[in-house]
Amino acid sequence: MASKLKLRVNGVTREVDSAPDTPLLYVLTDEMHLQGPRFGCGLSQCGSCSVLLDGAEIRSCVTPVSAVNGKSVTTLEGLPQWYAEQKTLAKAPELHPIQQAVIDEQAVQCGYCYNGLIVKAAELLSKNTRPSDRQIREAMNGHLCRCGTYPRMMRAIRRASEMMRDAHSGAETTAADETELAANATGDSAEVAR
Amino acid sequence: MSARSSEAIKSASKSSPRSERPSRAIDRRDFLKAGGALIVGFSSAGMMADKLFAQGPPFMRMPGPDPRQLDTWLAVHSDNTATVYIGYVELGQGSTTSLLQVSAEELDFDLSQVSTVRVDTSISPNQGGTYSSSAIARGSPAIRQAAAEARQVLLKMASQRLGAPVEQLTVAKGVVSVIGASGKSVTYGELIGDKRFDVEITGKAPLKPVAEYTLVGSRPPRNDIPAKVRGTFTYLQHVRLPGMLHGRIVRPRGQGAYGAGAKVKSLDETSIAHIPAARVLRKGDFVGVVAPREWDAVRAARDLKIEWDMPATLPGSDDVYAAMRAEQTVDRVVLQRGDVATAFSAANAAHTASGTYHGPYQAHACFGPNGALADVRADSALLICSSQDVYTTRGTVARLLGMKPEQVRAEYYEGSGTYGHSCYDDSAQAAAILSQLAGKPVRLQFMRWDEHGWDPYGAAHVGEVRIAADANGKLVAYQYDGWQHNWAAVESSEQLALGTPAAEWRLGMAQQVNPSQCGGMYDIPNIKLINHQVDGLKYLKAAWLRSPLDLAFSFASEQTLDELARMLRMDAYAFRRMNIANERWRGVLDAVAEASKWVPRPPASRVSDAKIVQGHGIALGTHLTSYGGAVAEVEVNKETGAVAVKHLYGAIDAGLAVNPAFIENQISGQLVQAASRMLLEEVTFNKTNVTSLDWNSYPILRFEECPKVTPICVQRLDQRSTGAGEEVMAATAGAIACAFFDATGVRMTEFPLTPKRVLAALRKS
Ligand code: FES
Ligand code: FES
Repeated sequence: MASKLKLRVNGVTREVDSAPDTPLLYVLTDEMHLQGPRFGCGLSQCGSCSVLLDGAEIRSCVTPVSAVNGKSVTTLEGLPQWYAEQKTLAKAPELHPIQQAVIDEQAVQCGYCYNGLIVKAAELLSKNTRPSDRQIREAMNGHLCRCGTYPRMMRAIRRASEMMRDAHSGAETTAADETELAANATGDSAEVAR
Repeated sequence: MSARSSEAIKSASKSSPRSERPSRAIDRRDFLKAGGALIVGFSSAGMMADKLFAQGPPFMRMPGPDPRQLDTWLAVHSDNTATVYIGYVELGQGSTTSLLQVSAEELDFDLSQVSTVRVDTSISPNQGGTYSSSAIARGSPAIRQAAAEARQVLLKMASQRLGAPVEQLTVAKGVVSVIGASGKSVTYGELIGDKRFDVEITGKAPLKPVAEYTLVGSRPPRNDIPAKVRGTFTYLQHVRLPGMLHGRIVRPRGQGAYGAGAKVKSLDETSIAHIPAARVLRKGDFVGVVAPREWDAVRAARDLKIEWDMPATLPGSDDVYAAMRAEQTVDRVVLQRGDVATAFSAANAAHTASGTYHGPYQAHACFGPNGALADVRADSALLICSSQDVYTTRGTVARLLGMKPEQVRAEYYEGSGTYGHSCYDDSAQAAAILSQLAGKPVRLQFMRWDEHGWDPYGAAHVGEVRIAADANGKLVAYQYDGWQHNWAAVESSEQLALGTPAAEWRLGMAQQVNPSQCGGMYDIPNIKLINHQVDGLKYLKAAWLRSPLDLAFSFASEQTLDELARMLRMDAYAFRRMNIANERWRGVLDAVAEASKWVPRPPASRVSDAKIVQGHGIALGTHLTSYGGAVAEVEVNKETGAVAVKHLYGAIDAGLAVNPAFIENQISGQLVQAASRMLLEEVTFNKTNVTSLDWNSYPILRFEECPKVTPICVQRLDQRSTGAGEEVMAATAGAIACAFFDATGVRMTEFPLTPKRVLAALRKS
């Protein structure tokens, strides 16, 4: 059944054994044992299976592997390397800034949706390093999180945006940035002793 | 205050990569080699399972973990680290990290020195299921006690080794030293390293006083997040067994009446002849397909021609409340205090408010559909699942397979968030049936429509509530009549495969009118709560869904209280506050009022003709033990009927907060999920079956609709830790409903507050 299709996945060219109509998701999970993209709906409704195809987010659950023959796929696992290529860094960082920001914000609950949330946010930040609150909501709106971690994910995206600017533009955080961040704040938490 | 205050959660180290190392299971095998009698664990990736199993499951030769033995709870290794065995599963709430904080605190280990292994019926103590937000409340005392016992044993050993009395010893990071004698020290690891304690738990070891806590109450980060963010975390959905087949169930798209089940009318196996690798498997009316390749299994399940016999006996979602009210019910007085009849009729009931309120069936709607792996052999079975209670799942699967529970080993892998009893048991049973029929290991994955369509939903509810206050605003009487049915006790897989008749759980808390939620937070002298139990076999199957029924109770009860505040021309916050006797309830109410900078005014006293109007609402809520409060700020577009929740504030007092950061994250998630349930979520069904089968037909809240959230964790160092995973759900439901009224002057009597429903209510007024 070998389909003689070839994919470049996270920088490595791989031959595909599955039938050409097989959704890319099953090739990535069952053949290549990747644990980033994962099944959520199979209907292009949730974003659980998102990967980057030549830098653009797609839903691998409804994309036949034949449609991506010869193309370059980046999964959650490959984001640091992809980021390094984009920014022409000598070496891939440990984590893509959005991954680091999600840890810093402790945004995750079950984390199952975070493949999609992170991949989509990485795509957004690659096109717009300073997305506004509105732009974040718009870009992310096709990605669901049943645990309700949207507010923290929004904070993580803003934090990653800050990190990327600090690291690559050489610009210091300006007063205006701080104001914007404060104005956009999705919420503060408080611990009260009684 | 010391003895009462513990909490526990387990967390492995935070920033250290320990959690991603398959270390502890391996250590356990080393432990076995070293002569310990503990049992071999699976490798963390689960890939070893088959190999171990092929050699004959070791657990069958071993006695099950005995909770009285200290060794059941923890092992201290030569490298001066410890493994804590925890019977509660991680559900993405951080409870693992918190329970490790508790153990490390009590042992005087650093957090980086303790870790745990996944829950497995052959290794982990049976602490009961992880529900009712129980991991910390019920899990921590046992784990704390075990750690304290271990510390005592180790101190005695150190005393001998160092030649100094126990009273002169001090411990830091697992190093015992003699006070005042520098250089005289020994590590826990050197004392016992990988050997058994071989002692029973006495229950008498002294616990560390709260005042000396350094780890408990602090905010170390969760140990599971780095792997989840990198894409290296192994969810249940990633586990594979060598030689396994991929399985899918084939059922009608959307369940029908629970009691009726579904019968196969005709099945045409030739309809999947174009997928030669796929096989149809059938047991009774249970139908599934298996294939070596996943896509073949998916296609075969999709293409298999099958006709079902399903009776058209459901009332349909539009008429469900009327049908429930018309039922012959089993009635029970849940609580009766004082004399409600007299209090309502007497002259001191200056104001009486009443109403009838409705809440729909709602789905757990796990983001990643459930699944399970099973390897059923002639006389034993391995089950890999994401059950909240692996021990109970093991029992039901054993019964289904015709085995004894000891012949089944159930291992837990985290799936996506479950928020109660979703399809994890149903899918575990389905995997076991398929593996038994196939004679091979099977990985079963529910499809989206299986999960949405065959969920045991949170039950629909009708509440009739009546509350009276005196002329000064003091509450005098409260009556709540609630209609709903109980939870399903037989899973669909078993029902279909064996023809086991549908049955419901009997009377029980959390599936009945809840005294904590219905008036329980207020000081009311006369109260009567009546449960009207509907026959659930005629309806959809139900189970516990995060804060079961409480959103509907709060929607009814808090709105009726709000109505009294309006009649009294009192501010909603002040009115509630004057009717609270318990300072912990007052604490959460004050906390959210302060955080939201609550501006006092009687409800709906600022209603205007504007197209877009704003309002605020405040409410209390709970599930069973902790205290929750919420404030909602909403905006209503009177032309479109769209309700936007702009900002939610939520507070929880769960006693001693082991890790306040995790509670804040829980509150934040609850605020968003409760908003989703109040604005959007309802299971729809016609007379035959459920019709909301995916994210389009069962929408949930999205980024664009997400409110700002402000979580507040009320820290109570002197109180026993209780759950924090549910209590803000109900408070939020009440607060949103009251905020809608404040904005519009119109009472919504049914949720979710969809534009259609809102427009209808606005027009009627
Ligand atoms: S799994 Fe692909 S969008 Fe949901
Ligand atoms: S964190 Fe659980 S679905 Fe998003």
